Amino acid sequence: MIAVVQFGGSNCDRDAVRALSDLGFEARRVWHEDPLPEATTGIVLPGGFSYGDYLRGGAMAARSPIMASVREAAEDGVPVLGVCNGAQIGCESGLTPGAFTTNASARFQCEHVYLRVENADTRWTAAYEEGEVIELPIAHGEGRFELDAERYEALEADDRVLFRYCDEDGNVTDEANPNGSLGNVAGVLGDSESVAVLMPHPERASLPQLGNTDGRGVLAGFEG
Amino acid sequence: MTAHRHLMTTYTATVTVRLKRGVLDPEAETTKRALERLGFELDALRFTERYEVDLDAADADEAEARADEMAERLLANPTIHDYEVAVAEA
Repeated sequence: MIAVVQFGGSNCDRDAVRALSDLGFEARRVWHEDPLPEATTGIVLPGGFSYGDYLRGGAMAARSPIMASVREAAEDGVPVLGVCNGAQIGCESGLTPGAFTTNASARFQCEHVYLRVENADTRWTAAYEEGEVIELPIAHGEGRFELDAERYEALEADDRVLFRYCDEDGNVTDEANPNGSLGNVAGVLGDSESVAVLMPHPERASLPQLGNTDGRGVLAGFEG
Repeated sequence: MTAHRHLMTTYTATVTVRLKRGVLDPEAETTKRALERLGFELDALRFTERYEVDLDAADADEAEARADEMAERLLANPTIHDYEVAVAEA
């Protein structure tokens, strides 16, 4: 059972459950004040505005008690996927490296972007080819990836960048970078391959009725 | 432990959080442009967050240590922020 952790202010939790269900997973929302169910085989930290983005996006949720259980589960190898606000929570909690902070435009951006698959050798990207270009929606005001030079170098050396913003042809350029992210980084792995975060929304591009199913591959990562 | 309470002093710890040098600050940039639009001349503008925390502690060192930990664990994000703590009797 995949637990989609619902914080006060989460708003992509239902979308995640619906998309995962469409892929054949058993998924349900788990309120952040309730314990993680024993049967949890995967965890989604969904998008939204947990705690109203007070202090920084994800800062409050990252320090909520359920995150201790999420960390324990991650250490036991349970796959954890953070999307958008969930990605901010992942970084704020230290599950994944870096920080997602204010867009270079200083604006909330809601648009479709192209992403280049940087490493197809992970559970979250195995459905794609390395170098493949996929299209996913973004909707965030704080999505600019930041990390100090030394750790960024290590991140690249360890092949932990999953996706970079690119143009339609897969060129990673400044013009194709919607938020000023360092290295056009849109998604990264945590210390272990079982934890991943990304700012774009795979769950919003997973139902055939919506016309774009490029995100299904990311969610399929819960199959292992 | 009631006796100890008499030895406690109330302090105000001021925690100032700012972006590390070199980290882009789009809000400050936007504010700078707005000031320029109003006709002001300026070279740069930085944006800081300041928290004032009232707390009881045995001495200023203890108050500072506790405020420091607050900054480290929540008020600042060490990936992008530097911070400083100043303590004064309230």
